[in-house]
Amino acid sequence: MSVLRKPSVLPGFGLTLGFTLTYLSLIVLLPLAALALKAAGLGWSGFWDAVLTPRVLAAFKVSFGLSLAAAAVNAVFGFIVAWVLVRYRFPGDRIVDALVDLPFALPTAVAGIALSALYAPNGWIGSLLMEWFGLRVAFTPLGIAIALTFIGLPFVVRTVQPILQDLPPEEEEAAAALGATRWQSFRRVVFPALLPALLTGFALAFARGVGEYGSVIFIAGNIPGLSEIIPLLIVIKLEQYDYAGAAAVGVLMLMASFVLLLALNLLQAWMRSRHAR
Amino acid sequence: MGRLSALAAGVALAMLTIAPAKAQTTLLNVSYDPTREFYVEFNKAFAKKWQAENGQTVTVKQSHGGSGKQARSVIDGLDADVVTLALAYDIDAIADSGALPKTWQTRLPNNSSPYTSTIVFLVRKGNPKQIKDWDDLLKPGVQVITPNPKTSGGARWNYLAAWAYSLEKNGNDEAKAKQFVADLFKNVPVLDSGARGSTVTFTQRQLGDVLLAWENEAFLSLQEFGADKFDIVVPSLSILAEPPVTVVDSVVDRKGTRKAAEAYLNFLYTPEAQEIAAKNFYRPRLPEVAARYADRFPNVKLVTIDGSFGGWRTAQEKHFADGGVFDQIYQKGR
Repeated sequence: MSVLRKPSVLPGFGLTLGFTLTYLSLIVLLPLAALALKAAGLGWSGFWDAVLTPRVLAAFKVSFGLSLAAAAVNAVFGFIVAWVLVRYRFPGDRIVDALVDLPFALPTAVAGIALSALYAPNGWIGSLLMEWFGLRVAFTPLGIAIALTFIGLPFVVRTVQPILQDLPPEEEEAAAALGATRWQSFRRVVFPALLPALLTGFALAFARGVGEYGSVIFIAGNIPGLSEIIPLLIVIKLEQYDYAGAAAVGVLMLMASFVLLLALNLLQAWMRSRHAR
Repeated sequence: MGRLSALAAGVALAMLTIAPAKAQTTLLNVSYDPTREFYVEFNKAFAKKWQAENGQTVTVKQSHGGSGKQARSVIDGLDADVVTLALAYDIDAIADSGALPKTWQTRLPNNSSPYTSTIVFLVRKGNPKQIKDWDDLLKPGVQVITPNPKTSGGARWNYLAAWAYSLEKNGNDEAKAKQFVADLFKNVPVLDSGARGSTVTFTQRQLGDVLLAWENEAFLSLQEFGADKFDIVVPSLSILAEPPVTVVDSVVDRKGTRKAAEAYLNFLYTPEAQEIAAKNFYRPRLPEVAARYADRFPNVKLVTIDGSFGGWRTAQEKHFADGGVFDQIYQKGR
């Protein structure tokens, strides 16, 4: 009997783990490694020379800053949308629920063209904003933020929704029985339970925004140093047949996103452990 | 014996099945965006001619996109028998990858450009801002729409035309030319990534007072949106835009399509094809065809990329590479 391996608690684990690693390597790790390899052709100093130019840094500020802003907007309003969809029944709620996924399904370029048509100075919304507030939206950083908000919305709603749905009503009932107001029970009981999911949604929306190209490019204006996003700079470098330079910017983008996502994940884990106590 | 005859029959059968396959040739023409309509018409004419002369059916497939993006696809292995791109620079990049000789541009007449175009101004009907020449683009309050020279081949022609105009006007003063394009780009509110994007911004978003455009795109806009909306203004000096064509040697030699591919490109230089080019708003090279379309294509002083800028490689390096003049004018002003 000793020649036979002890049966595992999880049958098929070896097989599935092998599959997982192979699959991840082929689909994720290999292309990313190729990217890093291409950039490595520049050497360290070449890499920093390609990346640390005022133009690239300005684009980083635009991409990361506006993605953060858009993700923050989505965290607030996506949360409200999820709340309404879970807690209230109203006519057409299923339709609204389906609408949330549209930014996922729509080709991003189509979204970009639609948004820029709406927000252009002669568009439906753009002309009104111009008339009432003298506010230019399309072809400014504000336009970029709107495009990023559009594509990021489903991430927050779809991560918060299931957690909210599964929240045991007993906790809220107990809070009410102990004399908590609605606001107190929301702030002390419901919200802390949802916070990790909300942060996940925020992080996903943010990561998506940083890499977004199609929907932004039509509404951005693309003025160097002002409304130029990082993915556009990569395209520009490719247009000059500067594959290594493009890869270098890509690698920096990857590193920055990875660090930010890791930080958010750690924060999330910390909060989950705190809430569990 | 029986086995041998079976083999012979087999070979004969194989020859039979190969033979009809050989009567059918497929070419892939990898081109840039605004040539779509032209090549649809041209391919039909070529197929007819090829059928009449060789008894073969030839099918030409088309691929369109940004010129630089198309060149990268060919470098990365897209099986293009011929490339018909917006800039010689993009074909140079393919040559650098070894797919065709670096002297490709001498293989066909006229710098391998069978048709030409130039850069003109498209303005709103009646020309409310009175834009007549390049100087008018620098006036305060005039909004100029042009794509980004870093991402668009057409925009590079725009930029170089403005530069050439300033050199001409200021006795070849480079510093003044740099200031001229810097002032011009201060009036540019949006840099779209491609020529079609800028056309949409100007015609549909109603943004800007003047669009710097390929002449053929300007005519297409008139045709599409009606001549009652826009006017074409031809500046006093512009640039001779020469979209080049060539055979991709590595592909045609592998596929055995060299003969058809070469015939395809040579056909571009015939009166029949030149007529189709002119109908699609490209300036024909053949003088007798050009004469018939003289009213459509007004005479304008045209500088060339080789004459005024020392060829595409030099121009690209100086103006559009990282840290080049175009980058400098955006670092200074903001």
